[in-house]
Amino acid sequence: MKKALALGMAVVMAASLTACGGSGSTTTTTAASSETTAAAADTTAAAAEDTTAAAEEAPAESAGGTLKIGVIGPLTGPAAAYGQGVRNAVELAVNEVNAAGGIGDGIMIEMNAQDDEHDAQKSVNAYNTLKDWGVQMIIGSVTSAPCIAVAAETEVDNMFQITPSGSAVECVAPDNVFRVCFADPDQGAAAAQYIGEHQLATDVAIIYDSSTEYSTGIREAFVEEAANQGLNIVADEAFTADNATDFSVQLTKAKDAGATLVFCPFYYQEASIVLSQADSMGYDPIFFGVDGMDGILTVENFDTSLAEGVMLLTPFSATEESSKAFTDAYVAAYGETPNQFAADAYDAVYAIKAAVEKSGVTPDMSVSDICEAMKTAMTEITIDGLTGAGMTWNAAGEPNKAPKAAMIVDGVYVMQ
Amino acid sequence: MGFLSYFISGVSLGAVYAIIALGYTMVYGIARMLNFAHGDIIMVGGFVIFTVVSTLGMPPLLGIVVAVAACTLLGVTTERVAYRPLREASSLAVLITAIGVSYLLQNIALLVFGSNPRQFTSVVTLPNLVLAGGALTISSTTIVTIISCIIIMIGLTAFINKTKMGQAMLAVSEDRGAASLMGIDVNKTIAVTFAIGSALAAIAGALLCSAYPSLTPYTGSMPGIKAFTAAVFGGIGSIPGALIGGIVLGVIENLSKAYISSQLSDAIVFAVLIIVLLVRPTGILGRKINEKV
Repeated sequence: MKKALALGMAVVMAASLTACGGSGSTTTTTAASSETTAAAADTTAAAAEDTTAAAEEAPAESAGGTLKIGVIGPLTGPAAAYGQGVRNAVELAVNEVNAAGGIGDGIMIEMNAQDDEHDAQKSVNAYNTLKDWGVQMIIGSVTSAPCIAVAAETEVDNMFQITPSGSAVECVAPDNVFRVCFADPDQGAAAAQYIGEHQLATDVAIIYDSSTEYSTGIREAFVEEAANQGLNIVADEAFTADNATDFSVQLTKAKDAGATLVFCPFYYQEASIVLSQADSMGYDPIFFGVDGMDGILTVENFDTSLAEGVMLLTPFSATEESSKAFTDAYVAAYGETPNQFAADAYDAVYAIKAAVEKSGVTPDMSVSDICEAMKTAMTEITIDGLTGAGMTWNAAGEPNKAPKAAMIVDGVYVMQ
Repeated sequence: MGFLSYFISGVSLGAVYAIIALGYTMVYGIARMLNFAHGDIIMVGGFVIFTVVSTLGMPPLLGIVVAVAACTLLGVTTERVAYRPLREASSLAVLITAIGVSYLLQNIALLVFGSNPRQFTSVVTLPNLVLAGGALTISSTTIVTIISCIIIMIGLTAFINKTKMGQAMLAVSEDRGAASLMGIDVNKTIAVTFAIGSALAAIAGALLCSAYPSLTPYTGSMPGIKAFTAAVFGGIGSIPGALIGGIVLGVIENLSKAYISSQLSDAIVFAVLIIVLLVRPTGILGRKINEKV
């Protein structure tokens, strides 16, 4: 009996480790950034429609050669929604670019997407697989922890890497890595600023996921900036990936402390539960989320009336007029509404296109030479992407674009 | 009022753990194996109800009936295919198989339903109970969960003590060899145990997803582990132990979240478990051998 128990407990510990890995994965994943304009998308989508299929099918014989771009992200597993969004959007953008005659003097893009299941080790394996394939640039990894692991490898190889959505600070630590989304702390500070400037509330509660770098990073920056904005943090409550199903205690504490705004720097999966539990206990503050809140309206069977009045910082809204061309093309190709990861990835392809054209990189150059040229070119380009107009990058790899807030009104995002 | 509301939500959480723990404890008590796929059967139950109720638009009660049937079938099938051939193998082999079944179910669900979370419509449609002029709101799901938990426990105890099959289960749990010599069909008894455990998993799935309404292929894994902890806490193999363990666990979890630290609540729960096991290695009610199912 004792033996069996000891064995059982050992297994529980092992199993809870894997369970943490499993459920944690959704949350460690990290996301994107600012505001939506899609002048670029409009023209390119139109171009894609005008061009014949024949042009698309023969990239290899093109005059400019073929640039091999590898995509790494979670195509399966709990974070699959993010990785699949990125893979699809890259494919969409690549097809558009190729159909419109390629990059610059007809450089065609060939892509290869590898699954990392949101696992750092598998992400590095995926990178090695792509190297065997002859990859010249990386889009990825989609999620933060794998991205950090792959960035360490690409730094050694001096391979150009751009992550659509790896938002942890360390993701772009090597100087060969750039990102499309905002870094985590930037979002926390921006949220506090937004709340302060628009005088949404003075008594604020925070509920955050203490088991992810994403959520804790945003919270720290928020708390720091809140002091400058005169916000009074009356409750500061945490949960972890392992108990992310019951928020009644945290909500009760926020309610009892008299908070009129609850800052929620975590993912929509948890947010949907928070909203319904707040509703069932009759608590109705303003819920203010960041990019991870994006997707709340797409939760299957979610009563969107619960999300009425929810505010979030988001770079991309599929329902916005300016992203219509992209959204329509995406829906037509993949049968689902694109999320912001898809929008970030789409912008990443066009950032690569702009930088390649700027630098005059050709596919016959060595990986390291391409990377050196791209590093300089990235700081010189400006693109109007889905996730922000006039996006620029600094040498540290961080994008510069304005964060914007949306409010959910009648089940759609209304940009504020 | 704050305390009461934390306490009640703790009891509600604990009642869900308790129903799941009943499944663990029955299977452990009779088949002497830890069925780590139990949490995932809950998830399957949740998805069946979701499909029947939200996708096909049938009434919630029908959803639960279909889910109970589907989970029972699934439990019996897993037992027949994955566990019965290993009956004489070492307990380690069976454990690994159970973990394998757990991953198999998760990945099949991932393949069929995808990884996007689904919002589960509560199967309880009664109005919430508002007390003390709005200061205390008890959700109807909480009330139904606690009542179902008590009914299930009473029913199960009666089944074990009053029916022939229940007596057979007791016999198998005490001495499989001797039971078999007395003419009890051990395989059939164990299959029935799995059937009951899995049917309970379906009900637990309905209640779990109604209270915490997000459904993914991983929904069952953490509650499964917590419930297993509750079962060990209460004394694995003991039916009242599962109930007590579950509720104590839920209350400790919620109160430590409310009054100590929301960051540390899980650490506190498991620390209490370790202390209890140090003092009583067989759990709170584990020593009464004759209460084992």
